[in-house]
Amino acid sequence: MSIFINEKTPVLVQGITGRIGSFHTQEMIDYGTNVVAGVTPGKGGTTHLGKPVFNTVNDAVKATGAEASIIFVPPAYAADGIMEAAEGGIKYCVSITDGIPTHDMIRVKRYLFARAKPEDRMILTGPNCAGTISPGKAMLGIMPGHIYKQGNVGLIGRSGTLGYEAASQMKELGIGISTGVGIGGDPINGSSFVEILKHFEQDDETEAVLIIGEIGGPQEAEAAEYFQKHMSKPMAAYIAGLTAPPGRLMGHAGAIVSSSGESAAEKVEILEDAGVMVAPTPSDMGVTMAKLLKV
Amino acid sequence: MNIHEYQAKKLLAKYGVPVPRGGVAHSATGAIYQANELGGDKWIVKAQVHSGARGKAGGVKLCESPKEISQFCDKFLGNNLVTNQTGPEGKMVSSIYVEEASDILKELYFSIVLDRASQKVTLVVSTEGGMDIEQVAEEMPEKINKIRIDPSVGMQPFQARQLVFTLGLPNEAIGSASRAVMKCYRAFRDTDANLLEINPLVLTSGNKVLALDAKMSFDANALYRRPEIFEFHDKTQQDIRETNAAEHDLNYIGLDGNIGCLINGAGLAMATMDMIQHAGGEPANFLDIGGGASSERVATSIELVLSDKNVEAILINIFAGINRCDWVAQGIVDLLNKRDIDIPLVVRLSGTNVEKGQKILKDSGKKVITADTLADAAYKVVDAWKGNK
Repeated sequence: MSIFINEKTPVLVQGITGRIGSFHTQEMIDYGTNVVAGVTPGKGGTTHLGKPVFNTVNDAVKATGAEASIIFVPPAYAADGIMEAAEGGIKYCVSITDGIPTHDMIRVKRYLFARAKPEDRMILTGPNCAGTISPGKAMLGIMPGHIYKQGNVGLIGRSGTLGYEAASQMKELGIGISTGVGIGGDPINGSSFVEILKHFEQDDETEAVLIIGEIGGPQEAEAAEYFQKHMSKPMAAYIAGLTAPPGRLMGHAGAIVSSSGESAAEKVEILEDAGVMVAPTPSDMGVTMAKLLKV
Repeated sequence: MNIHEYQAKKLLAKYGVPVPRGGVAHSATGAIYQANELGGDKWIVKAQVHSGARGKAGGVKLCESPKEISQFCDKFLGNNLVTNQTGPEGKMVSSIYVEEASDILKELYFSIVLDRASQKVTLVVSTEGGMDIEQVAEEMPEKINKIRIDPSVGMQPFQARQLVFTLGLPNEAIGSASRAVMKCYRAFRDTDANLLEINPLVLTSGNKVLALDAKMSFDANALYRRPEIFEFHDKTQQDIRETNAAEHDLNYIGLDGNIGCLINGAGLAMATMDMIQHAGGEPANFLDIGGGASSERVATSIELVLSDKNVEAILINIFAGINRCDWVAQGIVDLLNKRDIDIPLVVRLSGTNVEKGQKILKDSGKKVITADTLADAAYKVVDAWKGNK
């Protein structure tokens, strides 16, 4: 099994009729994703790209049984869209939208945690990510699908394009991916490395995991601790930003060194101490994984 | 987005947080006028730049006469103030803040941050005011107290009291201190701030608390709904290259090396910078051109990188997902048709439409060094840079 999505998962697209939403919905359909419906308030009852459009997530889920959703809603309304997905009964949600205010995301997280018990809680990945792909099965994102080979490595990354880089390096070496998950570059993520690692640890198809981190925040250190205490599968990592100056925001809203333990060098040390194999440069992500798998 | 101390104090005062009386000026005459308006015979005069540690750099002074104020203004206005946080260039001083001097019984530390571990707004206090809080956290962690706020109900007065009671204040000061803390929280919440730091927060001889310094920073993603905050934006506090980039909606950060970089995606951009250093070079900048970049945007980005006189070689690294390699290649060729670039240009394209992109570069007959992988690109640009020196 892959995690979160497979070829059967019925997918809803929130913001399906927009320019970006339309383009990527077509790409997802072409990849083989089971897109069942879209939501655009005010356009309910119409059809777009051959899929029925609904006014609300509630209507769409009732009519089509959608289980996963992807959000292309503009940043000012995206938090609202995520909460609507949770309320509508969506189980897994990817938010592509970049630029959601941090205070909005704090509210979203509180809402998700307060409204349901852990086992019923909607899983959110992103925002500000490239999405999730189970190669050969389904794509819930904006990535170039052809660079991912189907296989047994779980991939988690804060950066979209660096995730592509890793996927293509692995493909070059004949290494495939069970599921690739973008957790996004924002300071408040729907899910952290640890939350995704829990799923990969349980997944029969995943034999090893590669995490791609960067400067800023406590997530990589938490992943190192989780790996050491709870994971039976081997893990490799790469951390971007060794040359990034402290105190500067490096593009991603979450990529800033603001306290000790948040620099790339410190994260590398923490991960290595926990027994994670760390790629020394971004060109070594593939070969490091090969070494870990002994292929 | 950062703002000046005087702006932060103005904002906090609007929410009822006690701050010293003061006025801002842009000339020596203006500063003396502000001192006269305030009255008294002692004033704190402060150079306004987006940086901490201004006091250590001489940018804060207790003045006891108009002449001293005038000398302070002559020294700083129109010049760059260099602190240990600004980098060697320093930051331009274009305004001076004149404040009444306060009598201080005790200096405290207070801040509100977005704590990424708990994913909640968190208030931090310490009895060790005036010190760098990172240093306190390292040396005397027991002197730091924190309270996390439940976002669904917001901060409650009992939480403010709990926090204030850890500061060892006299009983007469508890009420005013707790109210000030609540007011700071409201200012933070209502403006989409991501940092509010008052260091020091002082206790005066009248048992009142007063925000002697104030530093605030705001979520750039929320400025669309905070026009009153956006008005505080001061372009002079930014690297000129970064201001130019922002006008084109490009994400640029100037650095000190010689290899200009142009990349799509923040993570890949950081990784490419790391790879350049690994190959023996130093990056001149961070530049993320983002997704869906048109040919025009690519050309503009190259111009921007070239505007940095320290740049002696350029590396373009694109892994196209939403982007398309043919558009990127066309942008490069369009620019080379318009102007000559006499420094080495290395291009690595990968992902969507890579064959089309490579063909455009090849067919153009322009002098472009192409690379297949990230490592290949980094080594090629460093070699070409060394060979060209």
